[in-house]
Amino acid sequence: MKFLRQFAARIVGQSIRIFARAITAVRADWKGIEPIPRQRVYFANHTSNADMPMIWSVLPPAMRRTVRPVAAADYWLKNKLRAFVGPEVFNCVLVDRRPEVKDKPMDKIIAALDEGASLIIFPEGNRNMTEDPLLPFKAGLYNMGVARPDVDLVPTWVANLTEIMPKGEVIPLPLICTVTFGEPIHVREGESKDDFLKRASDALLAQRPEERS
Amino acid sequence: MSSTTTDILLLAFGSFGILIALTVLGEILRARQPLDEPNPVLDTYMTRVQSWWGMVAFIGVALLLGKPGIMTLFAFASFAALREFLTLTTKARADHLSLALAFFAVLPLQYIFVGFGWTALYTVFIPVYAFLFLPMISALRGNPQRFLVRVAETQWALMIAVFCVSHVPALMSLEIDGYGDRSVLLIAFLVMVVQFGDLLDFFFGRRIGKRKIAPGLSPKTWEGLICGVISAMVIGAMLNWITPFGVLGAALMAGIASLVGMFGNIVLAAIKRDRGVKDWSHLIPGQGGFVDQLDSVIFAAPIFYQLTKYFYT
Repeated sequence: MKFLRQFAARIVGQSIRIFARAITAVRADWKGIEPIPRQRVYFANHTSNADMPMIWSVLPPAMRRTVRPVAAADYWLKNKLRAFVGPEVFNCVLVDRRPEVKDKPMDKIIAALDEGASLIIFPEGNRNMTEDPLLPFKAGLYNMGVARPDVDLVPTWVANLTEIMPKGEVIPLPLICTVTFGEPIHVREGESKDDFLKRASDALLAQRPEERS
Repeated sequence: MSSTTTDILLLAFGSFGILIALTVLGEILRARQPLDEPNPVLDTYMTRVQSWWGMVAFIGVALLLGKPGIMTLFAFASFAALREFLTLTTKARADHLSLALAFFAVLPLQYIFVGFGWTALYTVFIPVYAFLFLPMISALRGNPQRFLVRVAETQWALMIAVFCVSHVPALMSLEIDGYGDRSVLLIAFLVMVVQFGDLLDFFFGRRIGKRKIAPGLSPKTWEGLICGVISAMVIGAMLNWITPFGVLGAALMAGIASLVGMFGNIVLAAIKRDRGVKDWSHLIPGQGGFVDQLDSVIFAAPIFYQLTKYFYT
């Protein structure tokens, strides 16, 4: 039974990847890092629910196997299908953001890092529905950078998804989506939380493909 | 086997022969090239030859499959080209529905009209109906910001990627006296003369090119262009047996198609330069996108179609 579920998860994963490729011709731009397996935290902008599958789809198979997206438990455990796709297809680290929960998100994230996994996180915390390119980052990224200073924090910009699938629209537009990976950053010695988050946010904005007016 | 099929196979084998010669030539040049000296011209040439292998294979199979094969191939090419074009154009949330209609209604409908040979529809559908109705849909969402730019660029994308590209398979629905079902061969003729003209323009431009046609826009030179067009005319004349044009007519048609294609290439280079991109996309490795690959055929197709229709039907 377990084997069957794993097999189904692989099939679903491949289908999602092929679908993403066919519709958006999604591609990776390895600007600041090489596509080699190495422990990293990919922190990305978040405008659509398709962000995470897009990043996941462009990673080469060896990297895809070790990467774990950090995602909200309330979203991924809502129904049986999501509970299958989230934890089993994408191998998500599910975190519960409610304050009353004992199981602290950061503990789970650190545990995943200690197991050797790479992570995909969205430091804005929520989907960005504003006109601004990025919302202010939450402290999580800083905390993991301090707790596990060896791990590369890689700014990852997902372009065009707002136009492919704006909130409230039903039909996705088949425009080309590009995922740009920038140079990794680390928390510097003695750097304050706000300084680091500002620097991380700037590093992510710098990965935007050139804006055309 | 019908005579059309025989001719297609003959053309395919001929093209394979030329491609083998071009590949061998490139490999010889590469073998003589010292390893520590990179040669970008040779690399460009080799990636071009490689993508031509793919193109000849795809178009050859499509031609043998007949109409359904050709329609599928060019509908797919249109889809890829439209996707590349609209990724770079100005758009707003308010255009979502009209853009979705462009992809999922206008494009398939145009190919259905071409497939059934409804000339009265496919020649006016995009320039008239899509032109008038898509801006209405965008306007209904009520965002006036950069409205004219948005609708104009969407219309341009449709004209280039769907209307112009669909004129290649539309050649099949031309009824030419005494030519019968052989009009499918016109597709092979158009694609071959334009592509060979481009190749020889590239070759001669590198060798003897001096005067740039559009400095700061495109590396094309007058010398390369003239040599390319003359070569296209010679190739066209040699291929006159698959056309209804006769020797002189085939040379002239080939020359016009090649000339229009080359200036089309410069127009699309101007758009790329404006948008600050080198290639339309990265769909074809080492080659850029579909629009990069098809640019000259895109511009040549409607002109070639109209001239054939005017003079030979």
